[in-house]
Amino acid sequence: MKSKNKRIIPGFGLSMGVTLAILSVIVLIPLASLVIFTAQMSLGDIIKTITRDRVLASFEVSFLTALIASLINAVMGVILAWVLVRYDFPLKRLLDGMIELPFALPTAVAGIALTSMTADTGFIGSFFARFGIRIAYTRIGITVALVFIGIPFVVRAVQPVLEKLDPSIEEAAATLGEGRCRTFFRVVFPEIMPAVFTGFGLAFGRCLGEYGSVVFIAGNQPFETEITPLIIMSELQEYDYASATAIALVMLAASFLILFLVNFIQIRNAKILKGGGSGA
Amino acid sequence: MKTNTKSFLHKAFIAASALAIGAAGFTGCSSVKAEDAGEDEVITLTNVSYDPTRELYEAYNKVFAEHYKELTGRDVEITQSHGGSGKQALEVANGLEADVVTLALEYDVNAVRDAGLIEDGWVSEFPNDSAPYTSTIVFLVRKGNPKEIKDWDDLIKEGVGVITPNPKTSGGARWNYLAAWAYADKLYGGDEAQVKDFIKKLYQNVLVLDSGARGATTSFVENGQGDVLLAWENEAYLSIKDYPDDYEIITPSVSILAQPSVAIVDKVVDKRGTRDAATEYLNFLYSDEAQRIAGDNYYRPSNEAILKEYADTFDLNVNLVTIQQFGGWDEAQTKHFADGGVFDEIYEAK
Amino acid sequence: MRKSSGLVKWLLIGISFLFIFIMLVLPLVTVITEALRQGFGAYKDAIADKYTVKAMLLTLEATLAATAVNTIFGLFAAWLITKFHFRGKKLLGSLIDLPVTVSPIIAGLIFVLTFGRQSPIYPLLESLDIKIVFAVPGIILATVFVTFPFISRELIPVLEAEGTDEEEAAALMGAKGWTIFSKITFPHIKWAFLYGIVLCAARAMGEFGAVSVLSGHLRGKTNTLPLHVEILFNEFKYVPAFAVSSILVMMAVAILIIRSVVEYIGKRESENVH
Repeated sequence: MKSKNKRIIPGFGLSMGVTLAILSVIVLIPLASLVIFTAQMSLGDIIKTITRDRVLASFEVSFLTALIASLINAVMGVILAWVLVRYDFPLKRLLDGMIELPFALPTAVAGIALTSMTADTGFIGSFFARFGIRIAYTRIGITVALVFIGIPFVVRAVQPVLEKLDPSIEEAAATLGEGRCRTFFRVVFPEIMPAVFTGFGLAFGRCLGEYGSVVFIAGNQPFETEITPLIIMSELQEYDYASATAIALVMLAASFLILFLVNFIQIRNAKILKGGGSGA
Repeated sequence: MKTNTKSFLHKAFIAASALAIGAAGFTGCSSVKAEDAGEDEVITLTNVSYDPTRELYEAYNKVFAEHYKELTGRDVEITQSHGGSGKQALEVANGLEADVVTLALEYDVNAVRDAGLIEDGWVSEFPNDSAPYTSTIVFLVRKGNPKEIKDWDDLIKEGVGVITPNPKTSGGARWNYLAAWAYADKLYGGDEAQVKDFIKKLYQNVLVLDSGARGATTSFVENGQGDVLLAWENEAYLSIKDYPDDYEIITPSVSILAQPSVAIVDKVVDKRGTRDAATEYLNFLYSDEAQRIAGDNYYRPSNEAILKEYADTFDLNVNLVTIQQFGGWDEAQTKHFADGGVFDEIYEAK
Repeated sequence: MRKSSGLVKWLLIGISFLFIFIMLVLPLVTVITEALRQGFGAYKDAIADKYTVKAMLLTLEATLAATAVNTIFGLFAAWLITKFHFRGKKLLGSLIDLPVTVSPIIAGLIFVLTFGRQSPIYPLLESLDIKIVFAVPGIILATVFVTFPFISRELIPVLEAEGTDEEEAAALMGAKGWTIFSKITFPHIKWAFLYGIVLCAARAMGEFGAVSVLSGHLRGKTNTLPLHVEILFNEFKYVPAFAVSSILVMMAVAILIIRSVVEYIGKRESENVH
């Protein structure tokens, strides 16, 4: 409240009210019930539950595959956004239009389609099988499924920012003798970085919790390809809500931490941008 | 003008919001209406079942509606719900209004009972432990049986790829596991260390541990994984029906009597006033007509005489052990599938 | 960036096409070919089935409702986060994003815990005869939840890059909140806004996990299209399952075409102004 007199733009109260009201009903209250449910267990039991070997192994599988998949998506997302914004070429509209399709396809269908493609009888899988690489039913398969479901996040986060960015600055930099790579990393990248981080963070979080597509392609071998959401599902099958919510809470905390970091970087970055670049 | 530019998006936005609010309002009304209708003319029943019973109940519901009309002169409409058995039980326990549950195993019905919705002693409410039809676990192998799989001990041989769902996530897969256990138990005369070793070897041969029966069938049939699929008899026959030239069914020497259980959800029928209709719905499952529908859908009828009519389809010589041999479901669950149970042990003791 | 970057340009375009082809086009082609494996007749039967139609209507309803709620939320939240300074802003931003990262299973579970029989408010809901879980309201709640940040997340980076100078100037000149928003802010964000709506609608249509936990799978009552697909799969009906999936693909394509048309009209109109 200390900075109220600095708020020149109207609508603070209304925006805050609406935002908090919807946020509470949709997110906060339901998540609170998760915490309450977990709290029925003693701390010792919670720790015992979440440090079982199989659970720990599943954390490793989930985090590793989600991290690799969202890194791939971050790189490809920036390339795709760049290509879509800066270049003209045949079929551009088509390419642009397809980005959201992974969202619309139910994850289970995606999982089944990807599995039949990449199993050693599928046409992609059989190609790799010749080199002794198995895709479906391994961690590579999980990563493939996660890349699929995470495609739109980075592209759609970076695209609007890139559109607003004035190409003349880059051209100026280029004419001043900066190399293309340098231009990109010194001029463009700082501008789009917050958006890349947002997209990466969302993709990572989404991949971490993905269930529908992964169960089909993973093979679900304990210690090898068993993901954490599957463990949660098995706890639920055993009507063990407390264990399920305890493991869920760990994942939730992890996602929250990642998002908080991302937001931190993003806001810091926005400040730097505003401080350094607004004069131009 | 500038206003023109925006007006298009504005209008689209306003139209979309109006539509959405209208749609939300519409559902509110329609759901209320549906409930009122249940009181007077048409009786509605909700049958919460598990995955592979859709054809069975699709056929049965038609026959039952005719039967009920004849019996009472009233129309009855049945809403079906299918899904993984454990998940379905969980949903009923959490407030899904089911008049009757027809699930894959007793343990799942017990979970609904434990939520206070079904009264104790439901197992003896209907004949044959409230299991109007049964099934068993068989092997589905590729045509010609290239790996010469005849019985359970062939599954632990080197180079045999087994496909079965994860018993921790799939109710049906628990029957698979227990059937294997029953065989090994006989083979080793009850020496538990050896039995465990057998089960461990078996699961080391498992290539893909899908989360549910359908996923396992997809891995085996569509994606060509493994040499043998452990499946419910009725599901194995469905695969044969779809691909008669690609697969064959092997019935092992020992298997388990899988008893899918049916029960009335007492709390719900009392609240909705549908107890009579629900009772008749489950009772009629034991009629000759319904028993034949079960047989036609590859479930073993519980009526012995009608089961004999299907002697060509089913291998009736298989030695079937029951869950009682494992001390009932609650005991089997705790010993084998709960956290830290035998199944976890198999995987954790690497 | 003219002639010298030709090679890089086509290299990048090539990579993009290859990536999209392998990761996106091939799975979709798999879906369509599987759907048509038994010919058009079987395909038509599958999509004209009365339960398929009912599932489609429910999916449309949930999608519309979720998009409407998230639009309202997204606009207010983006405005709040980018135009004002206040304590707890980072926390708020993270909380808004959180639903995307929550496993769909957990998303369903938390609503069951909040409104289901285990919940302390269940007796109240029951006495009022309000059904949330295993009924349409639950499906809508779950859909809103999984698509929660999509619109605000599209708007925030753009507004952030835009700064607050123009709005502040307008406010100092005495403009009202709505005027500032519609005259100054909205033109900047309209494309991001459109992307957000498309993203949200597409994701809402395809949501499976959370809805599956909350729906109860009552055929013809609480089955959305993705759930209907799952049920068909579980019934060994491979071809109909893919046929119904292809409806979702077509719905997504329809949304994307609408987007392109809106974008085209919008850009042409704005060119006419200049």
